Amino acid sequence: MFRTLTVTAMSGVLAVAVLGARRGAQQPPPASQPPPPGSQQPTDITTTITSEGGSIPRLAIPDFIAIGAEPDVVAAAKTLGQVLWDDLNFEHEFAFIPRDTYASIPRATSFADVPFNRWRELNADGLVVGTVQKTASGIRVEMRLYNSRTRQSAYGREYISTNPRLVAHTMADELHASQRALRGVARTKLTFDSDRDGERMSGTVEKRDNKEVYISDYDGENQTRVTVGRTLNIFPRWSPDGRSIAYTSYRRGGANIFISNIYQATLDEVTKGPDESWLAAWSPDGGRLCFASSREGNGNTNLFIVNRDGSGLRRLTNHPSINTSPTWSPSGTQIAFTSDRTGAPQIYVMSVDGLGQPQRITAGEGYADKPTWSPAPYNEIAYTARAGVNDIKVIDMATREVRQLTFGEGNNESAVFSPNGRHLAFTSTRTGKKQIFTIARTGKDVKQITRSGNNEHPDWSRGPQ
Amino acid sequence: MMKTARWMAGVTVAALMVAGAACGKKPPLEQPAPPPNAPSPPLVIARPPAPPEPIAEPAVATPAPVREDPIASASLDDLNRNSPLKPAFFDYDSSELNAEAQRALDENAAVLKRFASWTITVEGHCDERGTAEYNLALGERRAVAARTYLVSLGIPVDRLRVVSYGKEFPFDPGHTEAAFAKNRRAHFVITAK
Repeated sequence: MFRTLTVTAMSGVLAVAVLGARRGAQQPPPASQPPPPGSQQPTDITTTITSEGGSIPRLAIPDFIAIGAEPDVVAAAKTLGQVLWDDLNFEHEFAFIPRDTYASIPRATSFADVPFNRWRELNADGLVVGTVQKTASGIRVEMRLYNSRTRQSAYGREYISTNPRLVAHTMADELHASQRALRGVARTKLTFDSDRDGERMSGTVEKRDNKEVYISDYDGENQTRVTVGRTLNIFPRWSPDGRSIAYTSYRRGGANIFISNIYQATLDEVTKGPDESWLAAWSPDGGRLCFASSREGNGNTNLFIVNRDGSGLRRLTNHPSINTSPTWSPSGTQIAFTSDRTGAPQIYVMSVDGLGQPQRITAGEGYADKPTWSPAPYNEIAYTARAGVNDIKVIDMATREVRQLTFGEGNNESAVFSPNGRHLAFTSTRTGKKQIFTIARTGKDVKQITRSGNNEHPDWSRGPQ
Repeated sequence: MMKTARWMAGVTVAALMVAGAACGKKPPLEQPAPPPNAPSPPLVIARPPAPPEPIAEPAVATPAPVREDPIASASLDDLNRNSPLKPAFFDYDSSELNAEAQRALDENAAVLKRFASWTITVEGHCDERGTAEYNLALGERRAVAARTYLVSLGIPVDRLRVVSYGKEFPFDPGHTEAAFAKNRRAHFVITAK
């Protein structure tokens, strides 16, 4: 999981060909290109910045140097520094020299006049210096991470793009990988559903707003609608390859599972009736979906597993109760789910082959739902616990220790893990309407992602693979 | 038909009498003594038959103007906007039909029997307190409970489609106990008539 990304072992220069990003839903992901001819200073050896005291390294990230005075280059320089700082700060793998102290230090105009001694006075272990200049088709960005003691470049890359934010996200992921052996989340994507468009749902006289599936960057930028239904399109779930979204749609009247292939703008129907199928969850290999359905019409809800193309349907649970909210273990061998077979809803784990009895894992809760299994190396299940209001808790599957992440600030539910397991996204009413927030797995760093309309039921993906 | 027959009979009688008169004008070959006390031929006054009674065409009975049935004539949207079908409300985290809910369903069953062509969607709804995910299944239980009760009162099951909306569409957006009580319900939508 935390191996160094192969990109850091490649020689020198990574060119990033960039999508036009605002309409991310229609665009292919960035594709690596061969390094442009004549690029300079390939870094064949990546060294690691360390702190003298053994604590996390302290970085300074002054504004990137705009080469030229064009307004878009100046703006790109500002965006690069700010987004890179935000991305690195999100993981707390570096400490930062406070930005308000930077003003006392002369601004470099190139890599040749970096005032290393002044940065050492501020006790910086590392210094990120970057330049940005205009090209025929966009911008060229060069970034170097210097060891401020040795004044050696520990890491360096060159990027060609039209999108400064994506360049900064790429830098952040590469710095985390090369310096901290961490898979960062800077280029990850969220999905959620939203009623922000205020369109009336068709076929009803009630005042009901439709809900449509949106995607965004992990930091809430580039929020883009990907479904058009005038209906309920809810509970979106990224496919493991980050190119498709399965969701619960009422476009046929009752609820069914659909898949939008968001880069092809095509739609697949997984459950073509009977109605009342919800809450699809992808198997880790992307080949199957587990979902809940009350298709027998007797009021019970049970779990089913189906191939992605709708074939091979089989029943997983067969119990006269509610069995819902499935989530796969990272290995794909187990399913955690909610059942009220003993009265109130509780979290259970069972084998994907359906053999053996489900094992209950929540002990001290009066009401628990929406389990979500963390990625490795953590082995945790986050869930919603109800005691007056809903709050997010996490249970360690090895020790069964429970920790609570939210504490009654509004209603908090529908948590999912980030692809590296270090963060969660969830729905909260703490600011009024339902909004998406992110939070560190420690319970710190609550950050609001959405602000327009009601936004719910998030999921978090590595992005298109 | 009867009158025509009577008229034909009259014509026949008249024709016979004309024929009789003509015979009487021929010179008799011998004058037979009149029979004694021969009865006089019956005096028949020939006159045209009475014209048949005018056939009165039966008057088209214009029915008394029927008062329009506002339910039968309303559009689906109008019907659902002011629905004759009452919602059935539920207790917290429950899909049991209490006495009040059963009364509402009894009345709904009467409406559905009167308008036997209607098909209905039974929507299950929840208040905002449970989780979004579990509430889909809870709403389903509520809708199925309402449908099962209606079927027990003789409404054919194929007229009753079930759909759960969980807590996605609260009827009262408030966050009070009173709002929650309104939102825990089976709601009936007329989909065809």
